[in-house]
Parts: sequence; C-alpha cells; structure tokens
Amino acid sequence: MGEARTQFFTTPATAGNSSSLSPGSISETADYGLYLAPFFLNTHLPSAHGSSSCLSIIMSIRSPHSCRAFIRHIVCRTRTNGLSPIPNFGSIAQFTIPAISGLSILTKCGLLCIFVSGSMLVHYHIHTHGSHKYSSHCLVFTGAIATTDKNKQVLDKLQVERERGITVKAQTASLFYKYQGQTYLLNLIDTPGHVDFSYEVSRSISACQGVLLIVDANQGIQAQTVANFYLAFEAQLTIIPVINKIDLKNADPERVEKQIEKVFDIPTEECIRISAKLGTNVEQVLQEVVKRLPPPTFKKEDPFKALVFDSNFDHYRGVVANIALFGGYLSKGDRIISAYLGKSYEVNELGLLRPDEHPTDRLYAGQVGYVIAGMKEVKEAQIGDTLYHQKHLVEAFPGFKPAKAMVFAGMYPMDQSDYSALRSAVEKLTLNDSSVTVQRDSSLALGAGWRLGFLGLLHMEVFNQRLEQEYNASVIVTAPTVPYKAILSSAKLIKEHGKEEITIVNPAQFPDRSVVKEYLEPMVMGTIITPDDYIGKIMSICLNRRAVQKNMVYIDDHRVMMKYLFPLNEIVVDFYDLLKSMSSGYASFDYEDAGYQAAHVIKMDILLNGKPVEELTTIVHKDRAYSAGKAMCERLQDAIPRQMFEIAVQAAIGSKVIARETIKAYKKNVLAKCYGGDITRKMKLLKKQAEGKKKMRYVGTVQVPKDAFINVLKRKDK
Amino acid sequence: RCSYCNNKCSYCNFNKYIPRSDNQDVMLECLQRETETLLKLSQVSRITSVFFGGGTPSLARPSTIAAVLQTVTRHAGLSEEAEVTLEVNPTPVGSSKLEDFLHAGVNRFSIGVQVRLRVLGRDHNSQHALQTVAEARRLCPGRVSVDVMFGRPGQSVASWELELDELLSVCDDHVSLYQLTLERGTQLFRQVQKGQLSVPSDDITAVMYDSARRILQKRGYLQYEVSNFARNGAISQHNMSYWKASQYLGVGPGAHGRFVPRGEGDVCREARTQTLEPDVWLREVQQRSHGTRRRIPLTHLGLLEEVLVMGLRLIDGITHQHWQLFSPRADLYQILSSSSEVQDLQQTGLLILDDRGLRCSWQGLALLDSMLPTLLLLLEAYITQGLDNNSDSLQL
Repeated sequence: MGEARTQFFTTPATAGNSSSLSPGSISETADYGLYLAPFFLNTHLPSAHGSSSCLSIIMSIRSPHSCRAFIRHIVCRTRTNGLSPIPNFGSIAQFTIPAISGLSILTKCGLLCIFVSGSMLVHYHIHTHGSHKYSSHCLVFTGAIATTDKNKQVLDKLQVERERGITVKAQTASLFYKYQGQTYLLNLIDTPGHVDFSYEVSRSISACQGVLLIVDANQGIQAQTVANFYLAFEAQLTIIPVINKIDLKNADPERVEKQIEKVFDIPTEECIRISAKLGTNVEQVLQEVVKRLPPPTFKKEDPFKALVFDSNFDHYRGVVANIALFGGYLSKGDRIISAYLGKSYEVNELGLLRPDEHPTDRLYAGQVGYVIAGMKEVKEAQIGDTLYHQKHLVEAFPGFKPAKAMVFAGMYPMDQSDYSALRSAVEKLTLNDSSVTVQRDSSLALGAGWRLGFLGLLHMEVFNQRLEQEYNASVIVTAPTVPYKAILSSAKLIKEHGKEEITIVNPAQFPDRSVVKEYLEPMVMGTIITPDDYIGKIMSICLNRRAVQKNMVYIDDHRVMMKYLFPLNEIVVDFYDLLKSMSSGYASFDYEDAGYQAAHVIKMDILLNGKPVEELTTIVHKDRAYSAGKAMCERLQDAIPRQMFEIAVQAAIGSKVIARETIKAYKKNVLAKCYGGDITRKMKLLKKQAEGKKKMRYVGTVQVPKDAFINVLKRKDK
Repeated sequence: RCSYCNNKCSYCNFNKYIPRSDNQDVMLECLQRETETLLKLSQVSRITSVFFGGGTPSLARPSTIAAVLQTVTRHAGLSEEAEVTLEVNPTPVGSSKLEDFLHAGVNRFSIGVQVRLRVLGRDHNSQHALQTVAEARRLCPGRVSVDVMFGRPGQSVASWELELDELLSVCDDHVSLYQLTLERGTQLFRQVQKGQLSVPSDDITAVMYDSARRILQKRGYLQYEVSNFARNGAISQHNMSYWKASQYLGVGPGAHGRFVPRGEGDVCREARTQTLEPDVWLREVQQRSHGTRRRIPLTHLGLLEEVLVMGLRLIDGITHQHWQLFSPRADLYQILSSSSEVQDLQQTGLLILDDRGLRCSWQGLALLDSMLPTLLLLLEAYITQGLDNNSDSLQL
C-alpha cells in the first residue's frame, strides 16, 4: 500500500496545474457489488491546451450482477489487444507511474449518466439483471478492479444490497479508458436506482450529459425503465440504449429495439446489443460514450463548485461526502461552505474513488471524488447540496430540496428492554441516511418506539433489513401509512398551527371533519407494463384500488404499458405483491410522486367491547372503510384469544359501527386433574401465565396479548 | 406411590416401569427403606391416609403392599380409620388379586375404567372393567372410585352422555371425571398431530364437562372438587389433603412430597421429588436410604400460592379459617377485595368472596384456570410489597 500511494499522474505543464492521484489498493475491492445507473463521464474533448485529454466517467451503478462480467471482460480485452495504456491493472502493485505518465486531465469535462433500467429495479421486489454486470465489466476493462473470482459485485457493499440486488448507498469509482490515442478518466458513480431514491438520481442526472439505458434482452422494457428514461429525458441528456443479456436463450433484442423505438422514440440502430456476461460489444459501449456525448463545459479556472451526490458516515473520520466538481478545483486545507446550511468547513482530506479511496492533494473540475471536512452528521452533507469556496460564493445547483418522507411506519423494539439498543442502532443508521425522518412515538400496546418516515416502501424495507442484519435488532414494524393533508376551516386551529394546510402523519392526530375544509391524500402516477393476457385482471385490481386510468399503449405485439393515477395509500401495503402474483410475475410496476388530491378520507376506530384501541385507529377512504374495517376485525378476531366473556370487535366511523366480529367466551379451561404429583407443574404453568398477564395490554377488561397487536399492525408477510 | 404398568397406554406419559418378577424383592426392600427414611425425616406421628398409585400398582404383589403398610405402622402411627387406596387397572389378573390386597390392608380401590378404549390401546375391554368394579364393590362396598374419561377421539356429546349413564349404573359412591389431555410425546398426540385422529374441540368438551356435572348431580354424586364427585359422603380423604395443602410424603420412583423435614431441624416446607428412573432410584435407596432427587424449599409466598391454587379447586373453596392457618396476618379480603378485576369476577358471578371464604361459583369452577393468574398476581403483589410481614408464620 505504501508504495502504491505514490503520485501516478500529472498533467502536462501546459495544463498549468498539477494534479495527483494516489491509488490505494484496489485488489481489495473484491466483494463490492456494482450496480449501474447514472454514469457520469467526462467526455473526450480536444484540450484547449492541446494536450492529451482525459475522460472522466462518473458511473452510477445500480444492479449487482451485470457490471462484473462487463468489467472483467474489459480487462481481458485490455490485456489482449493492448487498448489500455495502463498495463495490467489487475493489481495495484503494477499500477505504476510510468504506465500512466502520459495522462492529463481535462479541465473541461462532460458527465455521462448511465442508466440501468429494465429488470433491475422494480418496486420493492428487485430482480436484478444486467446493469451491475455491465458496470463491473467497465471497471475491469479499464483495469481498476482486480479480476478475481471474488469481485462478484464490485460496488454493492451492504449485505442488503447484495441480497436484493439494489444499490442503497451510492458507490463511486474512477477509471481510465484509452480511445484513439486519448486517455479518459472515467468516474463511475453508483446511485440508487429505485423510484424511492429518484430525487438522488435526479440530482446526479442534473450533472450529467448522457445516460446508458440498459434493457434486458429477454424481459424488455419494464416499468422502471420508463421512469428512469423520463428522468434522463427531462434533464435533456443524451441517451444511449444498451440491450444486455443477448447471450440468453430467450433473448429477443429485435423486439426490445422495437419497444425502445415505440416507447422512447429512439431509432433502433442507436441501440447497442451487448452481453455483459460474455463481454460482447462491451467495448463498443465505451467508444459510443466517447463519440456521442457532447463536450463538457466545466473549467478549472472557474470558481470551485461541487455537487454533493452522496455522503457516508465514518466513525473515525466523520462525514465522507462524495462530490462531483463542476468548476474550479479543491485543495486540502481549503475552507468550503455548504449552500443549504451555510456552514463552513476546512478540507482535511480529499481524493479519488477507484472505488477505494485514493487521497490526492487536489480535485479538479470534471473529477469526482470524496472530501472529508469535519462534518459531524450526514445532514450536513445532504444529497443535492452545493459546496463552494468560502472566498467565492457561487449560485447553488437548482432543485435541491431536503428529503420528503412519503411512507410512515411505527417501529418498536420486540422487547422494551431492547429500547436503548435499538435507539442506538436507529441513530447509527440514520447517520448514514439523512432521508429517514425519526419521531419518537409510543403505543400502549407496543411501548416506546418511533414513527419513521421513508422515501418509499423499498426505502423502508431496506432500512428495516439493515437494522436487523447490521445491528441484529429485532423490531416490530407497523403497517405503513401515508401522510395526509387537511385544509383547516377553523380559525382557531389555523392560528394554532400557524397555517391553513397541515400534514397528518399519525392517525391519532387526524382533525375532525367539522374543523376541516378539505382533506387531501398523496397520489402517485403508476406505470404498469404487462403481457396483454393480464390486462383484464390488472384493470380490475386497479379499479378496486381507486386508480384512474390515464393511458394505455401497446409497446409491442402483446405487451401493454398502462398509466394509472393511484392514491398512494392503496399501493403501500400489498399492491405490488398482488400484481406480481396475478400476472405470474410478468407485470412490472413503478410509480412517481403525483402530488396531493382532495379525497373523502375518514378516521376509522377499532373498538373492543365498545372501548377504542388507540393504536389501531386508521385513516381510510370512505369507499374503502367497510372492507378495511371488516378485514381488521377479522384479523383481530383471529389474534385475540378467547376470554371468560364475549368480546365484540368492531370497526366504527364516529359513532357508527360498520363491521363487527365476535370472539365467543370460552366455557371451560380448567385442567381436569390435579393431585400431589401435578402441583409443581401446575404452579409453574400458572406462574408463567401470571407473568404473561403483566405484559398484556388491557382495553377495558379485554386482555390483548402483544402478539395480537403485532399480527394486526405489522405488514403481512409476503 | 409406586410405578407399575404392564403396558403403555397411548395417552399416558407417566413414568413407565414394566416390572420384572426377579426384582420385586429388591423393590419391596427399597420401598420400605425409603418409607422409613422419610417418616423419620418428617418426624410425623400419625399417617392418616396411604395411596398406592402412579401407573398400576395392582401389578405389585399384595405382600409388597402389606409390608409397606407394616413399615408405616412401625415408624409412625397408622390410624385405624386411615384410608388406604390402591389404584387398580381393570385387567382379569387385577380383579382376581383384589381380595388379597384387601387382606394386605387396602380399604379403598380406585379403578381406571374405560369402556370402548380400543383406540387408546388399552389391553382390557369393557367386560373386564365391569368385572373389576363389581369385585371391588363386593370387597369394599362404598369405598370404590371409578375414573371416567371424556374428550376421547371420535366422541360426541350424545355418545358421552349415554356412556356416562351406563357407567354410573355400575359405579360405586365415588367418581373421578377426567378429560383426555393430549400430552406431548404420546402416541395419541402424534396421531392427532398427523390428523389420523381428531379429538373434540374445546367448545364440545366444555359441553361434555357441563353435562357430566349435571348427570352426576342428578344421580346423587355431589361434586366436591373440579374432577371429583362423591355419593353418601364417600370423598377421598387422601386427595383432599392435596387440595387442603396438607403435608404428604412421596415414596417410590418419581413420587412427589411436600413436608417439613423436621428431622434435619428445618421449619420450612419443602417440595420434594424422588428420582424418576426406577433403576436409578433403586440404586440410590440402596446407597443412601432414599431417592430424593430435588428439594425446593417453599417460600411463604410459594406456600400461599399453593394453598390458593389447590384450595379453589374445591367446591367449598378456601375458608377464612383455613387461609388463616397459613396466613395469620393477611386475610383474603385484604389481599383481594380492593381489586377491580376481582370485583368484576364477583359481579359476573364467577367468584365468591364472602364471610365463609373464597370459592368459585358452579360456572366459575370450569373457568378456574383463567381466574388464577389474576389472583396469583394480587397475592404476590400483596406479599412482596411488604403489606404482610408474617413471613415467619406458621408453616404446616
């Protein structure tokens, strides 16, 4: 390592500035997963100074599988045809100065966003194919990653990422690519690709000039592909469609090309057919990137300006912010300011990511790297924020907004004695994920806990999974709810809240109809792509979910793309599972925020022998109240054990009961024999029951075991 | 209590010990030795009842029973009117030996009768059972108890009522009413788990229990405990001592006892268990004169809990006088009457707390196990909060 940390490239003197890159050990990166999505690329541009140019790709990697093969293949090619100016990148020991001394860095760089799409990210069940392998392949091709069997997924570090094949935390890697005598520095940024994280993605895209739209040759366009396409399209980026997995038996790239032409209006001849696994045409992709993307316009002479596209928390060093430089340069010791909070920091360390950190003295416009500047919390380095020099104020990047929670759920420790351990686990996780909102909450049944806000369902699942896997925490998660809004009519309440429109996260705080002008519920625009055999069934479930059809087109002979406006509440729990099961797994679904819409929502109480159960209060649409109430009563009937008296389980709106189930009283529970030899066992059993009774939640005289609440409140297992 | 059985019933998870003829003498010697040891340890002066049970002790030789009783008489007084019960399995062999048992000193028989038991794998049929009951009644008129069991696979309420009616026409003055319980590890449990057999649901067995109680009452059998009924005052004195939390010694493999080992200078009652495995028990008795495997001193609270749990099984419940024997300072009113839960139970007519004491109503007796956790928590709270400080109170 020590040796390897030597400076390994400098810009020619004509560039006026020296830049140093110190590679760390990259053979250690074996276990990362790569997942590609936006791919930023500093495109080839004849240098104003007439020197050789460098291409910097920032690749956003999203799907764990396909990148690897792609990268590995590139490396193999590099070795055989001598494309690479850096011989044998496989190990850092050989990553030496002479091999790269001819490189220079362009001060003007463009960014390429490579989008992974298709099969990879579909709602919260993620099936990844394609894109990961692709970007891994890129990395290997240019030599940044050792080609060992271990580097299955190069950039996905978290267990949850590898298991689900998604990227939760962005990862970044810089690499080199030589084309027609020019060497390009490619920076790959791996950002999350799911719609939950579309804000992060859109931030990354805003800094790019192109994307690779990767579509599975077997599955064709998926709902996710469409969503990602539009993100890139709206940002006016160059889009290069790539059809991956052409090696598969059922691959039908022609059909997929036609779908792309039909849906995205991209001529079929612009598509590149590849097999990331075999490496087929992988190199062509890099060539096309260099050829097709417009030149970047950043100048190192401009004032320093950088976009924060990710941040991580390191216990020893504090916040490590990943940044893309859009102007000027940044040196160690500089004082910088974050635009959102206006705080000033001194740069302690900075460098490139390959994908391991390689400290350098400076970062230049067009480069991507990391910076450590004494930030204590990730909230100080929010995604989308702008960094600039203390001395030189710049205009912040547009579109920055703090994370907005769309789905809320209660989270409680399985056992109250684990509360503090869980609290510290939640704190640690939120250190790395500033988009989770945390509010303390307590439930009579489940004890002290939190109400957490997430960007979406996947985000919530990932958070829970990380909590369980990385912190070994055992938690109860309640069914997710969505934030409603109410336009108040009562002058008193408006004064109290200081505004007319309030957001309601906790059903217990739902204001009464009498003080409200109008309730609003969050809406999403859902995209469903399905074989046409399932249209009828799908339309009927959408109708049941109060969805309104907005559009329906055939994307090929028997595949249909439908757009529906859904109330978010209707899809948060089980919609995706239902869609998948009724279409034998063929339908894909994705959604995007579509604002709020007036809705006739009401508060529904659950009563046990006439006494309301606070933690089961829910907000439902008027038309869905009956079925929701009935379902809740049925689940409770199953979950509450019979008692000495009859229990009425009711769902009520105001004073009107809309559903009822009865738990009959039992008539006998005495063990029919008890003599001398039975006493010890009997006493033990009774003492255990008495202990259990202490943990019961009483609603009036009804004993409700905690399990019953868990069964009713928690999300159904999939 | 001895463990003898010549078969393994599919519903039984008892300590099974199939005797071999060659070790009967050793068994006798050990039973005598342990009886002697424990009698001395307890320093008891008079034994009021003896119960030979656990499995089928009628497989033992009558001379064994006689010898054990002699040992009791030699080391403590065995009163003239002492109840000496023998559990009998209704086999042809068993019934022929009953007279010998009578001469050996047994004066009460408890018979595990069950007709139509084929499904449960017992080796006797109803004919043998009826013969055994008749023989026992001839020998000990008015002192024969018959076990009846409901909730068997395939049983309906109607068939149960019919069966009980038939049984009662041959029964003597005492009936023990049991519900078949599925015990883990039994063949029956596995068969029900696998769905090969199905037992009546809780709702059905509740009706069976209720109808049995009514039928028995109509036939003159008064219920005196959750599962025991007697005509002409023929209640079991021995079993009564369990429900009244009296002291008792347990002799033989797997036997349980509760007594104050005064011979060691103790004043605290202990819950004692003898070694379960007969071979090991034999060896232990031979080596150190007893096979006591576990001794757990009962705390003041622990003893009161047993008084409460066992006492409420009796139809007469726990009288204030009886409670005072164990808890001179904290009476039942102090402990229970301020609780809203107890008040609820009283209002719904399940529990009665009055000048006589604490007891279940007719309806409440069937729900006793649901009320006990509440009562135990109240008792625990009262005692541990130091509201009662007679922890050095009298322990019988």
